[in-house]
Amino acid sequence: MKYVWPIFRREFAAYFATPLAYVFIVIFLFAMGAFTFYVGRFYDNGQADLTVFFGYHPWLYLFLVPAIAMRLWAEERKTGTMELLLTLPAPLWASVAGKYLAAWAFTGVALALTFPIWITVNYLGSPDNGVIVASYIGSFLMAGGYLAIGACISATTGNQVIAFVVSVVVCFLFTISGAPLVLDFFRAWAPLPLVTAISSFSVLTHFAAISQGVIDLRDVVYFLSLIALFLTANVAVVDLKKAG
Amino acid sequence: MHPTTYFSKALTWGQLRTDMIELEQLTKKFGPVTAVAGIDLKAGVGEVLGFLGPNGAGKSTTMKMITGYLAPTSGRARVCGHDVETQTLQAQAAMGYLPEGAPAYGDMTPRQFLNFIAQVRGFSDAAAKARVDAAVGKTELDPVLEQPIETLSKGFKRRVGLAQAILHDPPVLIMDEPTDGLDPNQKHSVRALIRAMASEKTIIISTHLLDEVEAVCTRAVIIDRGRIVADGTPAQLLARSRHHNAVTLTLPAAQAERAKAKLKSLGPVASVEQSDISGTARLSIFPKNGSLLIEDVSALAVAEKWDVKELYAEAGRLDEVFRALTTHDATRAREART
Repeated sequence: MKYVWPIFRREFAAYFATPLAYVFIVIFLFAMGAFTFYVGRFYDNGQADLTVFFGYHPWLYLFLVPAIAMRLWAEERKTGTMELLLTLPAPLWASVAGKYLAAWAFTGVALALTFPIWITVNYLGSPDNGVIVASYIGSFLMAGGYLAIGACISATTGNQVIAFVVSVVVCFLFTISGAPLVLDFFRAWAPLPLVTAISSFSVLTHFAAISQGVIDLRDVVYFLSLIALFLTANVAVVDLKKAG
Repeated sequence: MHPTTYFSKALTWGQLRTDMIELEQLTKKFGPVTAVAGIDLKAGVGEVLGFLGPNGAGKSTTMKMITGYLAPTSGRARVCGHDVETQTLQAQAAMGYLPEGAPAYGDMTPRQFLNFIAQVRGFSDAAAKARVDAAVGKTELDPVLEQPIETLSKGFKRRVGLAQAILHDPPVLIMDEPTDGLDPNQKHSVRALIRAMASEKTIIISTHLLDEVEAVCTRAVIIDRGRIVADGTPAQLLARSRHHNAVTLTLPAAQAERAKAKLKSLGPVASVEQSDISGTARLSIFPKNGSLLIEDVSALAVAEKWDVKELYAEAGRLDEVFRALTTHDATRAREART
């Protein structure tokens, strides 16, 4: 922990030291609002809940989270600071965790800043605030999952654009892994249990379950394992690159 | 400093360590390319070891392996007795490292950056502040302490990197081209800093500046194509130069022919070369087997009453030694073709 904290703090401060954080937050909030009110027709539904709002989160995260994650390692590799970071006497997992947690906390800040919409529905009617809290938690976990995927992919390259594009594709596959597009590809040759397993990887399914208002342990475990899996892969990727 | 000086100094302190850095058959391959091909090296306290070599010789790769950024393909590196691969953190804690180009987080100010380094290195808040202040003092960073690093000049950026490397007062310092891109004044102050720390540390610097080796290094290691091709004190390397103990004599062109004949008749003289500059002739007199010539030549000049304009002996030319050791057949062939 003594290693994770300074790395976390440096990384988190770095977001706000540049326009990155502000641009991201503004666009994030704007996109959330635009989708909820114009595309989702929030007012026309006549319901005081945030189902529409949360329904767009997986799709917005699909592009916005890789945009945060792409710089995590690719930038360090490009500017050479990676060499500095990895030759400091801090274990590799601490660097991976510190940087990841900082990015996750940053998405948390962006997500928290959507609170006016929560106030709005409470003003308009009496929504089930339990469901809303659960949905926020689910949304945060989902962002964490995408972010871990993006962080891992960012570690493989020094090019942020490549990191972004590949992350979007991989995140997309995880998002829709329950859909025919992905499953048909596997059905042709993979045994049924594998196909079932792949369909259970779907971010959408687990997020939908949580946003019903029921925080099922299985869904939480799903997201946490997704994060753990990709962070472990992140450590392995950085270590492999060391071997040249 | 001459090697025997630090040797005796370290002995009197009772802390002679000749094995602060140990490299055993250190090898790095990138796919089919062998960047470092089995380097064996030991360096002890008080040594300032200069890694010399053409670009791509394997200097930086070797340093990256010593500091644990790259894993060796085979062989091992030990720092203060800690194996860099298996006891990475202990080894890294004992080291300060200035990577090539002095990378730093550009959005931070030097103070924030150094604080970050101090925290990762495990200093408490008060200790960190003292360490940062000390490092800032040594590298004269005060004027830019609160400016983002990305806005600093190259010289200040390099000094930020240097401050970061010496922050924890490590026994071992590895610096990849510490004076690259600095102006002569900045070079001078960085070299002075290195010399001031030299007696109690083991320092490796890489450079292509040959005067730097003579200015700060107690030992020079020339690397070419991943191998050590020479290892010795700068004086020992200079002794391998054709110009070692050669004498340069400048006199009026009219006297040149006679002087050349006389000089060639001197016993220890191997050859005399002449170059003319507007009415004067500059004679380069090369000795046999590097023997001392200057006394014989000056005695002769006095006896013959030559109008001597210049007369001096050379220690040798490091660039000559460097070229002789690192210009290989492939390069020569390429040069011959073009």
